[in-house]
Amino acid sequence: MGSFFKRITIGLPYFWLCILFLLPFLIVLRVAFSEPVLAMPPFAPQFDLSEGWQGFVQSVSQFTTYNFQFVFEDSLYTNAYLSSLRIALISTLLTLAIGFPLAYGMARSPMTIRPILLMLVILPFWTSFLIRVYAWIGILKPEGLMNQFLMSVGIISTPLRIYNTEIAVYIGIVYSYLPFMVLPIYATLEKMDYSFVEAARDLGCSSIGAFWKITARLALPGVLAGCFLVFIPAIGEFVIPELLGGSQTLMIGKTLWSEFFNNRDWPVASTVAIILLAILVVPIVLFQNAQARATEANR
Amino acid sequence: MNKNWSAFNIVSVVFGFTFLYLPIVLLIVYSFNASKLVTVWGGFSTHWYSEMLSNQGLMDAAWVTARVGLLSATVATVLGTLAALTLVRHTRFRGRTLFTGMVYAPLVMPEVITGLSLLLLFVSIGFERGFWTVSLAHITFSMCFVAVVVQSRLVSYDMSLEEAAQDLGCTPFEAFYKITLPVILPAVIAGWMLAFTLSLDDLVIASFTSGPGATTLPMKIFSQVRLGVTPEINAVCTVLIGFVATGVIIASLINKRRMVNNARTDADI
Repeated sequence: MGSFFKRITIGLPYFWLCILFLLPFLIVLRVAFSEPVLAMPPFAPQFDLSEGWQGFVQSVSQFTTYNFQFVFEDSLYTNAYLSSLRIALISTLLTLAIGFPLAYGMARSPMTIRPILLMLVILPFWTSFLIRVYAWIGILKPEGLMNQFLMSVGIISTPLRIYNTEIAVYIGIVYSYLPFMVLPIYATLEKMDYSFVEAARDLGCSSIGAFWKITARLALPGVLAGCFLVFIPAIGEFVIPELLGGSQTLMIGKTLWSEFFNNRDWPVASTVAIILLAILVVPIVLFQNAQARATEANR
Repeated sequence: MNKNWSAFNIVSVVFGFTFLYLPIVLLIVYSFNASKLVTVWGGFSTHWYSEMLSNQGLMDAAWVTARVGLLSATVATVLGTLAALTLVRHTRFRGRTLFTGMVYAPLVMPEVITGLSLLLLFVSIGFERGFWTVSLAHITFSMCFVAVVVQSRLVSYDMSLEEAAQDLGCTPFEAFYKITLPVILPAVIAGWMLAFTLSLDDLVIASFTSGPGATTLPMKIFSQVRLGVTPEINAVCTVLIGFVATGVIIASLINKRRMVNNARTDADI
């Protein structure tokens, strides 16, 4: 490999990510340990990047843990983290409940229509997240399409209150992240040798017993991957709770946003971000381990 | 009929796809609603589309979004492809672990944090926020997605082809450009499309990094949605969905034809 072309290949993206990913992250870390002040930008001490590395090191030495104490002592933040985790967990389980039968049905479908079904699952990936969440507002509103339909059929007499509650957030997350659940499960089920299940049935297993003993076990890597792919992004979600959850739904992405845009408290917003990342590391590491084990098993 | 495709399977597939597509279908249907109330059907009309076209704020935002999308997708594709080459080919260099981490971390980073961190960077270097800051932000997160897409194609690529070209007198860049690039081109194009749609979709990162005069379409839609659902937004959303769906379908048709052609040439040889 030629040394110049090689240098460009490594150097250009490396340089870019250092400046626009690593450096911003270090700044967030620094601001999290700064004091809020009434100025623009609203934190102190300022650091001067023109002084280069020395200036950065010097500013790091004058840090304060004030914001961390503040965030840990105020129950608003603790509740927002806990409620984010709870909402993400419940939504993940709901997504699994809808996604697994769909993936299973797809994997059992006739060969000829499988590519079309797969395309139909992937297509929503490409359409805007914001639009797909927006589409639910018109359905879930008190005077929305769902209530109109249910009342005209006579199932309910007063409109259901779903919009601006946590239930609407569950619906939004399940809807938006369903493809992330379906695709990995479908991938494992499609490779699965169905004759195992037939053998188990011949040997006297009930169909439910065969499902739990064979299918569920073989699909486990896909199920785990799907659950992590829904759970991890759902924790930091902003658009869904903002548009569907109303003011009472507490999620940390929303808290960070309002801390930054409404309260203009940049140090606290940075602290909230750093703690959120620390929480996210746990599921991400577990996910990586699960993936590594799955690759190992495939060998 | 496949004997394994039971009634239960069919019901769950039909239910799943109804759930996935019904909201989008309703959104599109109600964009042709004559009534001003989104949820009351008042007859067919294309009134909201002409309303949308004469809304200067929306049109400006659409123009900003298109420019940001084209610029950021193109730069992100170049950088992402280079990053993929590095990940697959250069297994030994100083700081490789850091590099790998920086490519994968943005994929799992919550958007609010990416947005916040980039904003703090732009503020601390005194970069005026607007078109360029949004573009830089979009390039940074979408290049990582491009890298993953291109990497998955490169892994199965036979490096000896490029080595042969170099033995026959090509410079490393020529060998890449003439031999490797055509082979990985479908993945590169898919990466570009992904980067473009990511940029087109992004609300959170743009809200943090944008300044006055550079309102993108999602930001515009978001601020209007907060005021309430209107048929005009349905019309904008329908146009966007139509645009993206057409792009994806055309791309998959081209891909299919390429595969058929390749199979044919292989058969001829």
